[in-house]
Amino acid sequence: MYPPPPTLPRAALNACAAASALPAPKSSRGPMIRACLPPPAPAILALRALLLLALVLGASLAGNQARAGESPDLRAAIAALAKGSFAETEKRIAALTALGDARAVPALEALAGGDLYRRKADGAVFIVSGASGGYRLTDPLTLQDAGTAGRREVKKIRVNNRLRRAIRAALGALTLSASDPARRLAAAEAILKARDKEAVETLDRALARETVAEVAAALQAARAAAVLASDRSAEEKSAAINVLAARGDREAMAIVASIAATEDQALAGQATAALARMERSQALWDVARNIWYGLSLGSVLLLAAIGLAITFGVMGVINMAHGEMVMLGAYTAFMVQGLFGALVPGQIDYALVVALPAAFLVTGLVGIAIERGVIRFLHARPLETLLATWGVSLILQQGVRTLFGPTNREVGTPSFMSGAFELGQLTITYNRLWILVFSLALFAALIAAMKKTRFGLTIRAVTQNRRMAASMGIRTPLVDALTFGLGSGIAGIAGVALSQIDNVSPNLGQSYIIDSFMVVVFGGVGNLWGTLLGAMSLGIANKFLEPFAGAVLAKILVLVFLILFIQKRPRGLFALKGRAVEA
Amino acid sequence: MTAAVLKTTAGLALAALLATATPQGLRAEDTIKIGILHSLSGTMAISETTLKDAVLMLIEEQNRKGGVLGKKLEAVVVDPASDWPLFAEKARELIEVEKVAAVFGCWTSVSRKSVLPVFEELNGLLFYPLQYEGEESQRNVFYTGAAPNQQAIPAVEYLMQEEGVERWVLAGTDYVYPRTTNKILETYLKSKGVAAEDIMISYTPFGHSDWQTIVADIKAFGSAGKKTAVVSTINGDANVPFYKELGNAGIKAEDIPVIAFSVGEEELAGLDTGPLVGHLAAWNYFQSVDTEENAAFVDTWRAFTGDGERVTNDPMEAHYLGFNMWVKAVEKAGSTDPDAVIDAIVGVTVPNLSGGYSAMMPNHHITKPVLIGEIQDDGQFETVWETPGLVVGDAWSDYLDGSKDLIADWRPPMACGNFNTATGKCGGSGS
Repeated sequence: MYPPPPTLPRAALNACAAASALPAPKSSRGPMIRACLPPPAPAILALRALLLLALVLGASLAGNQARAGESPDLRAAIAALAKGSFAETEKRIAALTALGDARAVPALEALAGGDLYRRKADGAVFIVSGASGGYRLTDPLTLQDAGTAGRREVKKIRVNNRLRRAIRAALGALTLSASDPARRLAAAEAILKARDKEAVETLDRALARETVAEVAAALQAARAAAVLASDRSAEEKSAAINVLAARGDREAMAIVASIAATEDQALAGQATAALARMERSQALWDVARNIWYGLSLGSVLLLAAIGLAITFGVMGVINMAHGEMVMLGAYTAFMVQGLFGALVPGQIDYALVVALPAAFLVTGLVGIAIERGVIRFLHARPLETLLATWGVSLILQQGVRTLFGPTNREVGTPSFMSGAFELGQLTITYNRLWILVFSLALFAALIAAMKKTRFGLTIRAVTQNRRMAASMGIRTPLVDALTFGLGSGIAGIAGVALSQIDNVSPNLGQSYIIDSFMVVVFGGVGNLWGTLLGAMSLGIANKFLEPFAGAVLAKILVLVFLILFIQKRPRGLFALKGRAVEA
Repeated sequence: MTAAVLKTTAGLALAALLATATPQGLRAEDTIKIGILHSLSGTMAISETTLKDAVLMLIEEQNRKGGVLGKKLEAVVVDPASDWPLFAEKARELIEVEKVAAVFGCWTSVSRKSVLPVFEELNGLLFYPLQYEGEESQRNVFYTGAAPNQQAIPAVEYLMQEEGVERWVLAGTDYVYPRTTNKILETYLKSKGVAAEDIMISYTPFGHSDWQTIVADIKAFGSAGKKTAVVSTINGDANVPFYKELGNAGIKAEDIPVIAFSVGEEELAGLDTGPLVGHLAAWNYFQSVDTEENAAFVDTWRAFTGDGERVTNDPMEAHYLGFNMWVKAVEKAGSTDPDAVIDAIVGVTVPNLSGGYSAMMPNHHITKPVLIGEIQDDGQFETVWETPGLVVGDAWSDYLDGSKDLIADWRPPMACGNFNTATGKCGGSGS
């Protein structure tokens, strides 16, 4: 491109020349580069071999785990994993699995998880777990403890996505006859994804002895995928398409879609028709999915807004520091988790439960302090309140930034909140489900507190008619402070829940403040039920717009709709009626 | 009372600002001042504060070695507070009032665009450490981050060759960097024979936190029977909820890998990376790079911050390179005068942290290796591929209509940031 400037050293010149050859990397620069060249498909070949072997070994595989006899081949095959480039490792995984020995499973699992290490001194391979000051070594075959090693004495055996895929397929083949149904199910799913045409007979055998219906269905689907990949008769393939069409999920659709693109006219036609049927049923599920996503988004909005429904809705204080209460709640969860980790290690799942009351207390007290220190002097002066609370929010943000640093903090996810389950074609993630349940529970508790307790009664009395309440002997300043504390405390609890789905950073609150006000204004100021309905309807509206309009436009459309709505009904969905309005 | 409260607030804010901004120690004539223009408050503080500390560390290191031209370096830290117009004001303050010799700063493209006229008018020097969308070359600015051909294009190449990807989701935050990068990538992919229906482009607002719909869309898009990958230019805060949703929805890197251009070690710090192992990022540096220089850099950084777990990232390396290039250029020119430094710095070569050398090119971009890394369960990246040599940053993309004929060369006699090779004139494609 340019004549190189005279001061460039030789190395840089060569480098620049090499750069122009990008992006077709040349080999001869060691394993790194060789690894990037597309290797042949040894994994597939070897997988075939191993499946044949698995067939020969048959049911004896399951018993192998218990057998204590040492196999030198197996040990050598595992040790061989430690050498060479990714492509070579891939061949060795195939060679290892071709031995058909289920005792290789822990080593392969550790390799996929990045826990398989090579000891530099003697090249022996170990499964490694972290221990203080070094690593704890476990023998990959006997699973016996093999002492410890310093961090520099062992080297991790590297894997990439291609290897992980190969390992997954290999594990599928090796664990197809495991005693645990969950493992067999995972194995069937892995073979389904690998779509190996040689797997049909192995799967037939597995099907013959399968007793669990769910696993059998997965095996059928895996067999159908294998049949479609093979050169079996058209009738068999046609039956396989029907099996997959009945399964109807995204994975099955992907396989049928690839058949629809093949030359075989009759099969392609059948596949296209099946695909259309599957897409129609998916479209129905899409509606269900949007409703679920909408409810989930609504529950997040409800969580963020519910505290504001008290401070702004009931008390009429425009509290711009509301988002920071949410943020403080999330940081409390972070702190509690840290303490939990130090005091009762291993019980991290309960940290979040303990964090809820802690967050309520912390943010409640901060709320009371803000009310006593700032807001009470600005009674009935909304503009000044807005500016002052905004200032408070900036101070809190920067304070947290100074104290905890500007980067995100990790609040761990308890095990009961990780992962997802399938409901028909719907994937429901546990954390969203728990947040929905939690937000509704919080809402119910708040309604009960406002309607059924004496404290709730005094809050309503003071907000509806301050002077009358004072005349009846209620200490209105105290009630003001406690009400603001309640609203802030609930925002803090929301923060604990939101720490599960969002960043725990000083900016956490900012992203929720606008949404919170939106929900409260839309639902009707002063009405808690309006907040619930407002949050849910805004959530669902957003999620139905998003697939068509995109995330950016959906948000804009919701805002425009809200502006028009407020023009028509300035007091929101559920306007307060009667004397309370004038008070 | 209101006034009192507001006064206290303002007072506190001012005190906080002064506490960070006041340089200590030496008299002005004995020192060379270095300006640091990174947001320490507001939304960008999460990323930029680290860079401020990185430059402070570099300055401290240099002073320990005896400074530059026999003078000590002195840092002048200002806080543009994630407020784009304030970037321009603070840049003016640094050059006019503080008379700094060079400025290290800016993160977002919009902040860079906001300060460009100031640096041009006052003839200052800006070292910009971020990967960006390209389409720019300015006399007073040195781009030490990656241009699209140093990050995006090699990343896509890797996925095509190594993972056999045929179907692409280009997901980004809705602003200039993702939009330009995705435009370049779209043209590039189409030039490689990817059909239009195999490309899905999706934009989300800043700080987007509800990723359910988009993750479901990605899953659906990936079930068309072809290998699918996601190219993510999602920025900043939105990444944590995005990856959490990916992990929970069970999208594994083996099935649909996500390659990110804005996710580094810092972003992963707030995340349990267990479910994300194997998802990728393309950078020019990873903390895990196994070289002596890098080990020393990480150790110095941890000692400087007093945090034994503190991570390093790519923009920090960019500042490391930019800072060392500036030092070398000043020593070569024998002066900190901007014109002398601009003349001297082209061709200056310094060691980078991945074991090679990076050079400042005539278009004010630098040469860098491109690394592809996979996320590990300890929040680090493991390099799975790297370019065999260094890649020269290309200011004007070859894949955009308006810019494919343009080149930049700031050496005399051309001295032009947008020379049109088709018309033989300086001044871009249109104007």
